Amino acid sequence: MEEKENLITVNIDGQDLQVPPGTNMVEAAAILGKEIPHYCYHPKLTIAGNCRMCLVELGMPGRDRATGEPMVNEDGTPKIMWMPGPAIGCGTKAAPGMHIKTDSTKALESREAVTEFLLINHPLDCPICDQAGECTLQEFSSSHGRGYSRFIEKKNVKPKRTRLGPRVTLDDERCVLCSRCIRFCDEVAGDSVLGFTDRGSYSTLTCFPGKELANNYSLNTVDICPVGALTSTDFRFKMRVWFLKETNSIDFETSVGVNMVVSAREGTIYRVKPRRNDRVNDTWMPDSGRELYKQVESDDRLTKCTIDSLATSAVDAIAKASECLQGGGVAVVGSGQCSVEEQFALKAISDGIGAKGVYLVARYGKDDGILMSVDRNPNVRGALMAGLVNDLPDEQLGELGAKIDSGEVTTVFSVKEDLIAGGLTEDQVGKVKIVYLGTHENATSSRADVLIAGLTQFEKSGTVINQQFRLQKFSRVVPGPGGAIEDLYALATIQANLSGESFPSTIGSLWKQIGIEGSVFEGISFQSLSDQGEILDGSAFEHFSFREGKSLHFEPKKEAFAIE
Amino acid sequence: MNLKPETLAEIEEAIPKYPEKQSAVMPMLHAIQKDQGLLTNEAAEWVAAKLEIAPIHVLSVITFYPFFRQHKIGRRHIRICRTLACAMAGGAKVCDKMLSEFDTGLNEVSSDGEVTVEFAECLASCGTAPVMLVDDEMYENLDEAKAQEICEKIKAEVMQA
Amino acid sequence: MAIHPKEQRIILKYADEPGYTPDIDCYMKNGGYEMLKKAVGMEKQAICDEVKNSQLRGRGGAGFPAGVKWSFVDRKSEKPVYMVCNCDESEPGTFKDRQIVHKDPHQLIEGIIISSFATDCAKAFIYIREEMPKGAEILNQAIKEAKEKNFVGDDILGSGYSCDIVVHRGAAAYICGEETGLIESLEGKRANPRIKPPYFPAVLGLYMCPTIVNNVETLCNVLHILRMGADEFAKIGRPNNTGTRIWCVSGGVKRPGYYEVAGITLGELVYDICGGPKDGRTIKAIIPGGSSMKILKNGERFTGKDRDGNGYDWGIEDIPLDYDGIAAAGSMSGSGGMMVLDDSVEIPVALANLMAFYSHESCGQCTPCREGSLWLKKITTRMVHGQARPEDVDLMKSVADQIEGRTICAFGFAVAWPVQSYLAKFEDEFREFAERHSRMGGDRTAAKELACNH
Repeated sequence: MEEKENLITVNIDGQDLQVPPGTNMVEAAAILGKEIPHYCYHPKLTIAGNCRMCLVELGMPGRDRATGEPMVNEDGTPKIMWMPGPAIGCGTKAAPGMHIKTDSTKALESREAVTEFLLINHPLDCPICDQAGECTLQEFSSSHGRGYSRFIEKKNVKPKRTRLGPRVTLDDERCVLCSRCIRFCDEVAGDSVLGFTDRGSYSTLTCFPGKELANNYSLNTVDICPVGALTSTDFRFKMRVWFLKETNSIDFETSVGVNMVVSAREGTIYRVKPRRNDRVNDTWMPDSGRELYKQVESDDRLTKCTIDSLATSAVDAIAKASECLQGGGVAVVGSGQCSVEEQFALKAISDGIGAKGVYLVARYGKDDGILMSVDRNPNVRGALMAGLVNDLPDEQLGELGAKIDSGEVTTVFSVKEDLIAGGLTEDQVGKVKIVYLGTHENATSSRADVLIAGLTQFEKSGTVINQQFRLQKFSRVVPGPGGAIEDLYALATIQANLSGESFPSTIGSLWKQIGIEGSVFEGISFQSLSDQGEILDGSAFEHFSFREGKSLHFEPKKEAFAIE
Repeated sequence: MNLKPETLAEIEEAIPKYPEKQSAVMPMLHAIQKDQGLLTNEAAEWVAAKLEIAPIHVLSVITFYPFFRQHKIGRRHIRICRTLACAMAGGAKVCDKMLSEFDTGLNEVSSDGEVTVEFAECLASCGTAPVMLVDDEMYENLDEAKAQEICEKIKAEVMQA
Repeated sequence: MAIHPKEQRIILKYADEPGYTPDIDCYMKNGGYEMLKKAVGMEKQAICDEVKNSQLRGRGGAGFPAGVKWSFVDRKSEKPVYMVCNCDESEPGTFKDRQIVHKDPHQLIEGIIISSFATDCAKAFIYIREEMPKGAEILNQAIKEAKEKNFVGDDILGSGYSCDIVVHRGAAAYICGEETGLIESLEGKRANPRIKPPYFPAVLGLYMCPTIVNNVETLCNVLHILRMGADEFAKIGRPNNTGTRIWCVSGGVKRPGYYEVAGITLGELVYDICGGPKDGRTIKAIIPGGSSMKILKNGERFTGKDRDGNGYDWGIEDIPLDYDGIAAAGSMSGSGGMMVLDDSVEIPVALANLMAFYSHESCGQCTPCREGSLWLKKITTRMVHGQARPEDVDLMKSVADQIEGRTICAFGFAVAWPVQSYLAKFEDEFREFAERHSRMGGDRTAAKELACNH
């Protein structure tokens, strides 16, 4: 095989493969669809090389000692000098001409040996272990184990059910000492609280006494634990994982747009885990984002539409809302929590009624430099790119308040935003007619003349645009409450009512409009948008003073800071 | 942490000897253990703060090395080598003798608080096996009679003190 | 103590002389630091060349040529280079470094400074095991004395070269003898050996800087190479096995101890110098280079062909006492710690003793060593305690085979080799032992005492 520029040719089980420099053999084999089993190796952590599961045979083209010339076989091919002992795939980086064997007798024997060693002191009680079904040790034991035990000695005894922190529980007997969790805390979370104490087979994963694994990334240790040692206190023993159906979604907490996967069974969500995106969140996500699903069934959930506080059907509520918005003097409060599609529909409404102002409410929090950005709205950039607003939002709706006070605004259509929390006074809110589309009770929902119960992010699909101007999609995980209506459908119907023309009410049909020629969305459709998202041209907004600082895969534009 | 002035001085002297501060973990632990007899979690936190590392990194060091301890021992620390050369030369009998002389159990503090008798791995004096360390003093070519002499000497020192 | 005529003392020339003290005056009175004075006037590369040409091999265990090791140091990185003297001397059976440190510490200091000068090291460390508490004090005192005379410290002897030596005390972990474990320990961490690649000390050693790790005896040899010249030095012993070696003999011989010799056979050491077995005993087996090395059985024939194609057929006493000789007999000279097992020793029990050692000393980082060593301890302990099974023999062999070559560091070999070699050479004894100890009855006091594995 000819060497392409910057690529290195290696040979795996007889097959040549070109890989970028620095590629390790676990990753290289994966390109060929071959799994080199491993526990301690993690693509986003430093190499520890301690589990020894990924041992393979390794050879390099030989060179004559005397002449330094490459040695060749009779057929002219390079003569490969195989190392006497196996080498770890994870710690072996591609070198020109490198050969590995992943399925030779030596490699298979090594796996069998390591598997047996890992099992001798491991409890063999998969049926009562919460990790069962997604346990690497369980899987590899069946594929690489000898199938019976030769160990008749007493197993080591270690602490069980240790509370490591508010969200993580540890069973030390199940720990295979791979050190992934320790490396994660040291290298990613920047909160070194975990370590091994004691030595040899008695080594024990421990949190320093009196300290806790409490940082906002603690549950990532559970995700990367290859066995049932670290478990989520929230999730453990709630549901067998093989019953769960997984759906891709996005963490709505901040403008980082962390990719996640949501697991549900029969309309109930059980847990949220990060989904790998090497350009956004690697394989990590904040703990706080995993709690978001709890809003779905929270006590303050709006499950019915109302007109003048009396329950009504969604159809009637939408009709009434359309009526309210026709009279002029209407201001629109959109939201950075809405999807791009909703913002697009809201923009159409605002334009059609000649709104007396369109606002968003900014939310700012503390930047943690990892995956929690300052901007706690997931989609402010969506509102900008949809043209709903032309500038970064303020945290307070002061201008709207003034317009209410002056009588210019007599009706407010708020989507998802609580006007009181947004800074309007009780008095101001009392002066106007309110149409509210939202999901949870708040001061605005209780005062709304027309209330349309909408859906949470877990009950609908759509797209959001993160701090990198990356358009990312999220999908419906569970159905919404019976009395609620999909936000986009509500907005589209209102727009149709107001304009007398049809407006696309499904995501697929709306994208035909969003992705029209000349727009930044040109050529994109919801269907074709990849799970890793797509970067949009955000150059039109370069002069904006976005507040996000540096985080995992984000570098703020310097000019933006200069304006600050 | 209530460390003696000389311990603090030893620590201050140790840190700048190393190109990187964390290297001073072991010298600091040696100094504190000599001062306090053991290494508490408080000591681990103190060392960690001093060297600007996480306390768990200190604790994981303390528990890795057998000569660091988190428990109290007797005033005299008796360590008998148990590895092959000493075992072949009767190390176990010497240990039994020490235990019975002080009427204590292995790894325990004798009831008078005077001694703790432990086995240690190879003390690197196999040519004069069996050997033991009494605090920092090495005793060689032991047998039960010599062990008895050493016990008597220790007991006599207690009487004097 | 009388020096045996077959000894050839270079390193230990003064150590046991009556009246010889570890202070600098005594050392200098006997010609000490003259080689340092000579060295600082030499080209650094010339010293390195001398060491390389002397064919000096490492005395710590692996026997790697010291000069070649020095040449691996990464100079391109422009990072500081560190010298680390491995004085962890933790291989059971070995007690040679102890003699040098306690009796002639300035020889080591001089060796370290010459070596550091030659390799342009920024700083030197002596990693000394805590089981020699006095040794650390003696070294610190010696360094202080040497500093006063400007042999250590800034601008050594006006050469413009500065080098300090820091004595770093361990805390009783065998694995600190492994050079990357030692480096981790020196950095203030658990002594977990590093994966190689990429962490070869010569490139990414202490503080991720190029680092040379040499044994005490190796570094002492450097100054004698300089004194004699590489050619003269290389005449001691055999080619590729140059210089003297200090052998430490323990166990079932009349005169255990340390002996500096060259060019003799194992039989000359054990029988002539050490006086052979104790009265009424016979030698059953010899562990030649520290407890990790494969055992040699008395009565065994060691046959094969050497590098030049010449055949050999040796009894145990004929084995040339050097790297290549012992390697030709299927074992390794290791750290020079020779343990003699006489007929009073039951091999399975001796193995139980060692497995207790290795399982205790495994750092626990990598799976095969961590789990395999403790498994072997549990099996051998059970055997000693009267619950042996016939199948344990094959099981132990299989467990050892599963460890060997699959670990991060050489510790895996150190666990596996004793098991494999004891079982291979004493299989009948193991089977007989298993039979005899398969029921709880009988007196096992002696076995328990030797196994000594609490």
